[in-house]
Amino acid sequence: MLDLTPKEIVNREALRVNPCKTCQPVGAMYAALGVRKCMPHSHGSQGCCSYHRTVISRHFKEPAIASSSSFTEGASVFGGRSNLTTAARNIFDIYDPDIIAVHTTCLSETIGDDMGSYISDLKIPEGKHVVHCNTPSYAGSHITGYFNMMKGFMNYLTEKTGIPNGKTAIFPGWANPGDIRHLKKLCEAMKVRTVMFPDQSGIMDAPMTGKYELYPPGGTTISEIRSLGDCRRVIALGEFTSLEPAEHLEKKWKVPFDILPAPIGVDFTDRFIMALRRISKIEVPYDIEERRGQLVDLMLDSSQYTFKKKVAVFGDPDTVLGLTSLCLELGMLPKYVITGTPKEDFAKRARDLFEKYGAQDCLAKANADLFELHQRIKNDRVDLLIGTSYGKQIAKAEDIPFIRAGFPVLDRYGGPLLPIVGYTGGIRLAEKITEALMDRQDRDCKDEDLEAVM
Amino acid sequence: MPVKRDNLLEKYSAKLYKNRKEHIVQLDGEDAKIAANTRAVPGVMTARGCCYAGCKGVVVGPLKDVCVITHGPIGCSFYSWGTRRNKARVEEGEQNFTSYCFSTDMQESDIVFGGEKKLEKAIDEAVALFHPKCVMICSTCPIGLIGDDVQAVAKRAEKKHGIKAIGFSCEGYKGVSQSAGHHIANNGLMREIIGTGDRAPENIFSVNILGEYNIGGDGWEEERLLKRCGIEVVSIFTGDGSYESLQNAHLAKLNIVMCHRSINYIAEMIKEKYGIDWIKVNFIGVKATIRSLREIAKYFGDPALVERVEEVIADELSLIEDEMESIRLKLAGKTAGIFSGGSRSHHYQMLLADLGMETVIAGYEFAHRDDYEGREVIPFIKEDADNRNIEVLRIQKDEGMYRKFHSPEKMEVLKDEIELDRYGGMMRDMDAGDIVVDDYNHFETDELIKGVKPDIFFSGIKDKHSIQKAGVVSRQMHSYDYSGPYAGFNGAVIFGRDVAMALCTNAWTLVKPPWHDEPMLVGELTGGESHA
Repeated sequence: MLDLTPKEIVNREALRVNPCKTCQPVGAMYAALGVRKCMPHSHGSQGCCSYHRTVISRHFKEPAIASSSSFTEGASVFGGRSNLTTAARNIFDIYDPDIIAVHTTCLSETIGDDMGSYISDLKIPEGKHVVHCNTPSYAGSHITGYFNMMKGFMNYLTEKTGIPNGKTAIFPGWANPGDIRHLKKLCEAMKVRTVMFPDQSGIMDAPMTGKYELYPPGGTTISEIRSLGDCRRVIALGEFTSLEPAEHLEKKWKVPFDILPAPIGVDFTDRFIMALRRISKIEVPYDIEERRGQLVDLMLDSSQYTFKKKVAVFGDPDTVLGLTSLCLELGMLPKYVITGTPKEDFAKRARDLFEKYGAQDCLAKANADLFELHQRIKNDRVDLLIGTSYGKQIAKAEDIPFIRAGFPVLDRYGGPLLPIVGYTGGIRLAEKITEALMDRQDRDCKDEDLEAVM
Repeated sequence: MPVKRDNLLEKYSAKLYKNRKEHIVQLDGEDAKIAANTRAVPGVMTARGCCYAGCKGVVVGPLKDVCVITHGPIGCSFYSWGTRRNKARVEEGEQNFTSYCFSTDMQESDIVFGGEKKLEKAIDEAVALFHPKCVMICSTCPIGLIGDDVQAVAKRAEKKHGIKAIGFSCEGYKGVSQSAGHHIANNGLMREIIGTGDRAPENIFSVNILGEYNIGGDGWEEERLLKRCGIEVVSIFTGDGSYESLQNAHLAKLNIVMCHRSINYIAEMIKEKYGIDWIKVNFIGVKATIRSLREIAKYFGDPALVERVEEVIADELSLIEDEMESIRLKLAGKTAGIFSGGSRSHHYQMLLADLGMETVIAGYEFAHRDDYEGREVIPFIKEDADNRNIEVLRIQKDEGMYRKFHSPEKMEVLKDEIELDRYGGMMRDMDAGDIVVDDYNHFETDELIKGVKPDIFFSGIKDKHSIQKAGVVSRQMHSYDYSGPYAGFNGAVIFGRDVAMALCTNAWTLVKPPWHDEPMLVGELTGGESHA
């Protein structure tokens, strides 16, 4: 496996090998799948739409609906206006969504399609909506596309009626439905009334009923998005995914926001709970505190198996920072902390975490790829890998235990249904991490060293 | 058949009706016509992909000793990274690039100022890191728009590094589906690779397997069978294939074609240039495999080979007969639908028939009329603006290398005995009443599932979960749901087991919660009962 990867690292300027990111439009599509009765629409050639639906379906093991403008060579020369017009008419006709969320592609961006004008010229049925965002694939990553789509929805739909709705908007960042469900439970327990935006729960984790629903009953509703301008506050989770949408709402409707890290691990979850507590001004219910205590208890009980264990964490910036924080809480050494998303502040945030826990000889890098990670591991190996599915190649090549987290996880089942956020998610991760490390110890030890009790 | 074609169409608007009615056929026992390989209608949720997917994802991506660099923003290379199950293995010391993903990861400045420099640099870096014998460049949408000349970059790289380098202008918007990408890839392989080698096969009976992508190891199973029969496989296009083996493809004696849609261009071009005949084979299904092996033996016409093939068939059959029979008992009478790319919907009908199952719906994502109606329709297919832009190579006879295995007289005889240089298409093998859909979309799939309720529906990942949510078993025809191989005798058994497993999965009985069947108010009757 990966036999051609040399140990010696040479600087590459042009060749990306085994990326740790993908392109903006898939992020826009996933964000749009978190809105009720919404048809995500890819304005480009149909391969983009097909690839994005495929990767989303493979991660969630769920249908991922989306339509395409199906550009041909002609459209690429003359512009995609008529493709979009035809598409919108057909989508409303056949699939009857409440809203079509259009995102662009590198094709329509390169030819300079003016989406705002195309959309304003559409005949949109009464009570229906078409919104758009620009997602040039040659800038940023899928994370950029995710928040661009959020901004697209807000751009078209939000308003301020002047009557505060008393709700707090939660921007969950790029999360699995299991995470979003858990965040909602925490907010409910903290008596904070929320608008979750976007909200893929109920859609990308729909139950088996024997009846297929094109639009499962989940997602942020249009009126909820509209009401974001009337919210008292935004709690934006994950600086790299949610800061821009939060700033957008602040700029547009003066809604103040808290920017917090993705609530993974004890400290980052504490910050989320404290933010909720400041809003509802209620004491933290016992069962939340109990859960927290259980997580810390678990960390202490198992600490000798995680202490100073070297780990490489890779994936999307906010998820990776959360996982890194948790690993540090477990006493581990996050040797390599890597994202493909080109956001240089990421490395700074990671280094702050290293410093906080006095972790030395750890490398944090944005705009990196898995080929480089593999090379670094060849030079100085780690005890554990945490990240997305493609890490399995490195895990196999170097015989390193591997835990899947983040997007995409294409090769396992059930993950998106369960949280990694909150204290509950922390317990799940801590269990996975200790189990992976201890299974390895059991596998590798001599017979006489195999412990019945650990 | 509870659903008629017209029920399916009546929900469409007039304009869409006019378009789609040509692509949906209900067979009536006569030779049918269908519209195919035309533009998908924007907004219908077609299952189709793009030209890049056909070129890089399908045809050239599987070549294991080639460093395939995607020139474009990061997405396209990412989505085609290890996602198509074109298995490959190498001998110690050989290069295998199939687990890698290479991209120029173009940024905004590359789009504005042009990406050729970055591409050249990327090739330099790839050569320095990996020393590949061959580099291929696959273009994504922006490349043609900004005017990067990937062929020129390839030529410069060849000179600079002394390797083979090939540029493919397979921008996603070209053509109307993956199909254009197949053609562009075929052209590149024909122009640049086939015929550049000189390693002649050792065996007089030698073939290339065309259009076999080794999904789940199908190609390996086919190769095993052919080897057992005493037939040498010179090259496979392109599953577990290599640049090195493709160079010698022109030295084989016969081309056997699995996926007609994606590779028929090469079959025809090799025939024109080198005189090598081709026969359409199908190793999916027991009877189909037997027929294919016999046709190959018949082509070579050697009595010892014919005998050997019969021995192999008898032996392979004896090993699977009992299990096939037990699977058949479970599956006989079940109905199936198949939507796939451009060949499998035909191939798998043969295997389903072996298992006693009936295919009542079949469709293709990107097939042409010849895949449905047979190759004799080709001269009558109208050219349109979309396919006119896909280059058709002008092939000239290679006077030095051109040779015919058989005399013209012998060919006349053979033509009547085996399906030589021709393909009859899918629809002739289907029954009256069956529905055929070209460029199927989400709406039509959903309606057919509801209306026809087949026992199992074979399709791709984009449909799988919605079909299953509707309560119908679905298996993926592109990835085999990570099972396989499904080819040959052994593959038939594995497929049968998988289908039986999917239909018998215990959890299907759990879909409905018990409280749905039991009314809330089941009180005990009081008063009338005697308590005495």
